[in-house]
Amino acid sequence: MTGLYVPGSGPLHRTPAGPKLLALLVVGAALVVAAHHWLAVGALGAALVLYPVVGLPPRHAFGVLRALWPFLLAIGVFQTLFGDWQTALRLCAQLAALVLLANAVTLTTRVGEMLGLFERLARPLRRVGANPDRVALVLALTVRSIPMVLVAWRTAREGYVARGLSGRPYLLVVPVIVQLLRMADATGEALVARGIDEETRRQG
Amino acid sequence: MLRLEGVSHSYDGRAVLRDVTLDLAEHRIGVIGANGSGKSTLARTLNGLVVPDAGTVSLGEWNTRRHARRVRRRVGFVFSDASHQIIMPTVAEDVEIGLRSLRLGAEETARRVDRILERFGLDSHRDHPGHLLSGGQKQLLALASVLVTEPEVLVCDEPTTLLDLRNTRMVHRTLERLDQQVVLFTHDLDLLTGFDRVLVIDDGRVVFDGAPGEAVPFYVDRMERADREEADR
Amino acid sequence: MPTPTTTHVRYKGLTARDLSLIAVFAALIAALSVSVAIPIPFSPVPITLQTLGIMLAPTLLGWKRGTLAVATFLALGLAGLPLFAGGRGGLAVLAGPSAGFIVSWIFAALVIGVLTDLMIRGGKYSFWKGLGINLVGGILVIYAIGVPWMAVALGDGVLAAGLSMLVYLPGDAVKAVVTALIAATVFRAYPIPPAGRPVLEEAA
Repeated sequence: MTGLYVPGSGPLHRTPAGPKLLALLVVGAALVVAAHHWLAVGALGAALVLYPVVGLPPRHAFGVLRALWPFLLAIGVFQTLFGDWQTALRLCAQLAALVLLANAVTLTTRVGEMLGLFERLARPLRRVGANPDRVALVLALTVRSIPMVLVAWRTAREGYVARGLSGRPYLLVVPVIVQLLRMADATGEALVARGIDEETRRQG
Repeated sequence: MLRLEGVSHSYDGRAVLRDVTLDLAEHRIGVIGANGSGKSTLARTLNGLVVPDAGTVSLGEWNTRRHARRVRRRVGFVFSDASHQIIMPTVAEDVEIGLRSLRLGAEETARRVDRILERFGLDSHRDHPGHLLSGGQKQLLALASVLVTEPEVLVCDEPTTLLDLRNTRMVHRTLERLDQQVVLFTHDLDLLTGFDRVLVIDDGRVVFDGAPGEAVPFYVDRMERADREEADR
Repeated sequence: MPTPTTTHVRYKGLTARDLSLIAVFAALIAALSVSVAIPIPFSPVPITLQTLGIMLAPTLLGWKRGTLAVATFLALGLAGLPLFAGGRGGLAVLAGPSAGFIVSWIFAALVIGVLTDLMIRGGKYSFWKGLGINLVGGILVIYAIGVPWMAVALGDGVLAAGLSMLVYLPGDAVKAVVTALIAATVFRAYPIPPAGRPVLEEAA
């Protein structure tokens, strides 16, 4: 379960997920509240410098920016034509800076650690009946199920082709769903059999 | 000792178990029967996955209706399709999660995980995703994940149905060596040699109860007779 | 019996099987969003079957399990698994201009789930009603949150943002139809029990 995480030992890698997320929120809020174009450009510069400083290969920075360029172009053209260049500059720099910073947090935090943070943040939900152990269990079950779903999908497509069906592709999805429902039943049974998740109260 | 007294159960009005009374004391017990004979439901009553409509299933002083959790902790269950039983993303995590409810502490938990993975030859796969293992290895992992909690009894519901010959033998050998009592529900009659007792289930009832040497021919004969009757009709 | 009492069954909490249904459908959404991708020129976000999963989960599982399945999928994606359309993931998607669409999925699932539950309680699943529900939840709710969010992120480009999203509309409409077709078939093929443990309640 490595996901987008890039292994490393730089300062951001060593910082726990909580402070990183908090810092990201503070910087984001500050940029939006201050709403100043030179500040936004400064933040973008800092975000770009951050990547090599914390030991992330620069191609990761270019990767997220490439996904952003149509938006940056739209903002640039639109704001320069109908607004003023300062707003265009501020919005572009702000967007790029925040996306780069958020991406830096993701690239330096293991998926497991980030999920651990989410579980802690969800802890107040215990009052409305969310059990942290069950939250963790569902997340782990999902990670384990993704490859199983992909296999089920592939098998169904083979069956669909082998039977010479065509034209109604939703018929391909139905057997996958039924298989998944069966899989979920069996897994639920196994959770009980293995004593991992008990239905604690007896049936009424 | 597992004890069934007057166990009856039905699904949607169709009786699948009819007044089954049994004491399961022998070290190795096999249960055979055709598809739809009630075998699988019987297996599920033994650890409370199915609580019967009538009658009781008990282990010592605990019964599955009132103390399901206590019985389940002592009666491990292995399904035929291991991939559904493997719950966590990696091999070691899957073995570990079953131990979590026993609250043994991190050190003892890690020690037990290491020991069982080594015993089942899975230690080199500990950080691999469970779904990437071969069919036989998956079933071994399912067995390891159950046995790490050290149940008194192991119930296996057709554990070799999806396996090839080599993997079937591997699982068979593993089951043979266990210290625990084993109740094996199977279609694979070869697995039952050396068992202490074999039950034949038909139409929700125990129709034969004895040594494997007699039970297996009885079952084969009964199936052939049913075939002939069908052909005559 | 002096006074006749009527008992009715209510479902409380979530069973082990419900947890595995949530996980399996979260995995299905993930599989749908990574398995098929039709690239759109000038857009970093390809057309995928992601929203098919977002509509299917609450339709088949009901509002509670369906919304939790979508939330689980979001948590894994935001934690850094590349599960969103185009192999994106991590916190950067929340900083980007299309974040509103991702946030809206939770509300889309909630709306579709509640409406479908009401429909099924009043009878059986009907294709046309289901299609209407999918159009409201899967298109109206998603665009009502996603488009203004994008407009704010891009400055005053409401018009541009709205127009650029028209590229995705035909695909989303097809997915709303397909979801209703699948649901109508699955409901006949496999009974999905309601969420929770049955509890008998007595009302005098």
